[in-house]
Amino acid sequence: MNSAIPSYRIFPLGDAAVTIDFGNVIDDTINQKVLALFYQLSNDPLQGMIETIPAYSSITVCYDIYNTSKKKPAGKTVYEFISEQLHLRLQQPVPEKETASELITIPVCYEKEFAPDMEHLAGEKNITMEEVIHIHTSKQYRVYMLGFLPGFSYMGEVDDKIAMPRKTQPVNVAAGSLGIAGKQTGIYPLASPGGWQIIGRTPLKLFNAEKETPTLLKAGVTVQFISISKNEFENY
Amino acid sequence: MRIIKAGVLDTVQDMGRYGWQHLGINPGGAMDKLSAQLANILVGNHLDEAVIEMHFPASAFFFEQPSLIAFSGADFSATVNGEEVPCLRPVLVSKYSILQFHRIEKGARAYLAVHGGLDMPAWLNSRSTHLKAGAGGYNGRALQKDDEIGFRNPVDLCHLLGKKEFEALPWKTDSNWGDDNSAKEILVLPGNEWNQITDKSKEQFFEQAFLITNQSDRMGYRLKSKPLSTITHEEVVSSAVGFGTVQLLPDGQLIVLMADHQTTGGYPRVAHVISAHHSRMAQMKPGDLFIFRFTNQQTAEELFIKQQQHLLQLQNACKFKLDELLNK
Repeated sequence: MNSAIPSYRIFPLGDAAVTIDFGNVIDDTINQKVLALFYQLSNDPLQGMIETIPAYSSITVCYDIYNTSKKKPAGKTVYEFISEQLHLRLQQPVPEKETASELITIPVCYEKEFAPDMEHLAGEKNITMEEVIHIHTSKQYRVYMLGFLPGFSYMGEVDDKIAMPRKTQPVNVAAGSLGIAGKQTGIYPLASPGGWQIIGRTPLKLFNAEKETPTLLKAGVTVQFISISKNEFENY
Repeated sequence: MRIIKAGVLDTVQDMGRYGWQHLGINPGGAMDKLSAQLANILVGNHLDEAVIEMHFPASAFFFEQPSLIAFSGADFSATVNGEEVPCLRPVLVSKYSILQFHRIEKGARAYLAVHGGLDMPAWLNSRSTHLKAGAGGYNGRALQKDDEIGFRNPVDLCHLLGKKEFEALPWKTDSNWGDDNSAKEILVLPGNEWNQITDKSKEQFFEQAFLITNQSDRMGYRLKSKPLSTITHEEVVSSAVGFGTVQLLPDGQLIVLMADHQTTGGYPRVAHVISAHHSRMAQMKPGDLFIFRFTNQQTAEELFIKQQQHLLQLQNACKFKLDELLNK
């Protein structure tokens, strides 16, 4: 399936990367375009391109200033040269790759011991903890992007009934912790300082350096959380 | 070689791990890539060979075989068997030599390159230590006492030293940072969210000096200044950031992202340190003051290209001299 070019803006991210922004929003259709472009650029990289960083509604192309400078026409900056190639790419319809088809089930223990912010969130939202668990597990989430930490997934969007802003000060968060920030939900693959409201923990390893693909999740997949007991967590 | 005393944070680093940022795995690599490359050039290695990045107090090393080494970046006042050895010169050291670092003369990070390269497996095509992931470099961690590091392509250097304990070879490179008055000036390009800060904050950005605070490490430098403010509180959905990205934190202070920066972020990106000044930035330390100045895309690129050309010229010259020496 081909699709029309969405409106976009190109801007430099310093002197060695350029960002194509489709609109500073969290939106499935736009994120699909981002990922389609990500796969297209991965399969057919631009001259001088090092790698790309797909995000919610933008994709950033990192390039090698020195090597690209040898290929660009005189009188143009490397940035202009790369941007022009990107504009050309964007004129062509980007074939959409079906990435959302993969469904990954993630077991989560929402019990108190693993959910330091559960009580606070339930209190703020005027619902019971059981309701928080029910609401969180009753829909599937799209992984929009990975970022922040190796394998950290930005998923969405959670029901307004459990949406809550992140903390003002980051605290230490255990590996596997499941959090909520605004309408986003995500899992910390590694222990790290973080500001998301932690409501559970998964026994799954979301990051494993030994594996050829070290992350369990990737952008575009769908996630279903299921609630498990502490006993199940410990024997997982 | 063996670590006989651990440094405060000494890690194996190369030019970085690229191609994995879409999985949230940041490139890492040497903070001061220019200096790391200079050290490699001096000992005849590839530019992206792994080196040891040292902070002060740095490790002490014991060489179990004659080695050709060089250090660059910060000057930590090095000695071999108690005698001073110069920075930015290739140095032959004899079997059973001890290399130590004594005090900070200048800079923040020193690099040690060894002819033949450090022997350790690459993770995702790079030997850079990723401390958070616990992978890459030496078992994914900082160097500790009694760690043993082999050389990938050891060369027999016994005949070159004779009875001497060490010898600094008669060629050197310049340091390329921190020597002139412009050292405290960091050139930046405007970030995408530059216009989110108020006109007054824009003036402040250029007029005031920024202090590098103690909350500064391989991930980023937290700066201290009169707080800057934004016009609107428009949320930016997470998007890519890079080495040198200057973000405005909610408390009005700035952070400069460094080698171990996260791949994406949501704070306003007010500016980006140009690539040619990453080295200069990496050699600043807590307590240092500096100023920002805008430049344009073209100048930023030209400065970096010039830096790279300079490195390649040095590489050719050093390779020529070294080949002569090793084949004689």
